[in-house]
Amino acid sequence: REETSDRERGRGAIGVSEKMTFTIPIENGNGVKNAEADSQRTLYPYVTGTSVVAIKYKDGILMASDMGGSYGSTLRYKNIERMKAIGKHSLLGASGEISDFQEILRYLDELMLNDNMWDDGNSLGPKEVHNYLTRVMYNRRNKFNPLWNTLVLGGVKNGEKYLGMVSMIGVSFEDNHVATGFGNHLARPILRDEWREDLSFEEGVKLLEKCMRVLLYRDRSAINKLQIAKMTEEGVTVSEPYSLKTFWDFKAFTNPTVGAEGSW
Amino acid sequence: MDLNLDAPHSMGTTIIGVTYNGGVVLGADSRTSTGMYVANRASDKITQLTDNVYVCRSGSAADSQVVSDYVRYFLHQHTIQLGQPATVKVSANLIRMLAYNNKNMLQTGLIVGGWDKYEGGKIYGIPLGGTVVEQPFAIGGSGSSYLYGFFDQAWKENMTKEEAEVSILISMLMP
Repeated sequence: REETSDRERGRGAIGVSEKMTFTIPIENGNGVKNAEADSQRTLYPYVTGTSVVAIKYKDGILMASDMGGSYGSTLRYKNIERMKAIGKHSLLGASGEISDFQEILRYLDELMLNDNMWDDGNSLGPKEVHNYLTRVMYNRRNKFNPLWNTLVLGGVKNGEKYLGMVSMIGVSFEDNHVATGFGNHLARPILRDEWREDLSFEEGVKLLEKCMRVLLYRDRSAINKLQIAKMTEEGVTVSEPYSLKTFWDFKAFTNPTVGAEGSW
Repeated sequence: MDLNLDAPHSMGTTIIGVTYNGGVVLGADSRTSTGMYVANRASDKITQLTDNVYVCRSGSAADSQVVSDYVRYFLHQHTIQLGQPATVKVSANLIRMLAYNNKNMLQTGLIVGGWDKYEGGKIYGIPLGGTVVEQPFAIGGSGSSYLYGFFDQAWKENMTKEEAEVSILISMLMP
C-alpha cells in the first residue's frame, strides 16, 4: 500500500457538507471533484419513503405508511410496500432509502432462517429483532456508511406488546407511539394528546388515519395511498391499499371571485 | 459555446418496458451524448442478457455496459448449473446486487424485461441506488420525465402487444 501524503495527492481541506458527509475535494485543474467514489460510504439517498406512524392499542400494535417512493422531488413509484412482516411476531416499517430497506429485509431473512434452523420451538420476538437492528444500524454509522433508513419495529409476543424505533445513526428507543420523518413533527403531537392505553381497533385506526391525513396535507412527499398493518397475538396482517377522504371545500374555493382582489 | 468533449458519455435517454398479455415489449432511443455533442446517434440501448431476458440501459454508458457484461456472464453460468433458462427475477436480482453494492461508483438506471415459464412476462425497474421494483410498466432515463403524465393516462391493464408497441412509439416522439 502506497503512503502518499495528502499534499502530494493534491487534496485540500476536509469539509463537511449539509448532506452529513465528509467530502475531500481533489483539485485537478478542471474543477474540484469529490472523492466520494473512492470511499465506501453511502452519501445520499435516491429512492425514499416518507413517514411511518405506529401506536400500541388494546390488542397489539397498529402501523401506517403510504406507498410512495420519491426520487428527489419526483413522486416516482406509487406501489412500494414499506411495511413487512418479520416472522410471526413482528412488523418492520421503514422510511428513507428503499434499497437499504430491501437489504435490511435480506439480513432479517437470514436472521429468521437461522433462528428457525435451531428448531427448538423458540422464535425471535420483536424485542430481539429490534436489538439486532439497533446493532446493525449503529455499527454502520460508526463506519460512516449508514443504512439510510429510520425503522419502526412493532410486534406482540406472549401477550406483551412492543413498539420501538431505530434511526440511521443508531438512536434506538421504545414508546407507546412512534413516527418517522415528518410524522415526528405532525403526528406525534396529535398522538401525545389523544393516545390512550385502551384504544380499540376502530379507535386506533381512526387515530392513525387522522395522523396520516395531516401528513397528506402537509408533507410534500406523501401520497394518498396507504396501508395499515395490525399486529396481535394471532399474527401480523397488512391491509390492502386504500385512500383517505380530504377536505377542500373552503369558502374561498367555492366562491373564488368574492373578495378576490387583494387576497392570496 | 463550449462542447466539453471530455464530459463522460451519458445517454440522455428514454427507455421503456411494458408488459402485455403474453410477454413484454421494450423500447429505447438511440442517442449517446458527451455534453452537448451526440457521440453516437445509432446506439443500441436494449441489451441481451439471455435468450429470454433483456435490459434497457440508461445513465452512464460505461457503467451500464459493464454491469450488463457481468450479469450476462453470471447468468450464462447460472443457466448451465440450473439446466434451464434463467428467470427474469434472478436476472433482475443479479443486476440489483451489482447496483446496490457499488452504489457509490455507479450511475446507471436499468429496466430488466423478459419472459420465463413460471411468471410469464415481467418488468423490473432498477433505479440509482439499487432498489428493485417490479412494475407492470417502467420508464427510465432523463427523457422519461415527459412520460410520467402520458403513461398515467395511457397505460391500462392487459394491453395487447400492438397497444403496448404503439404506446412506446408515441412516447419516443416526446422531447
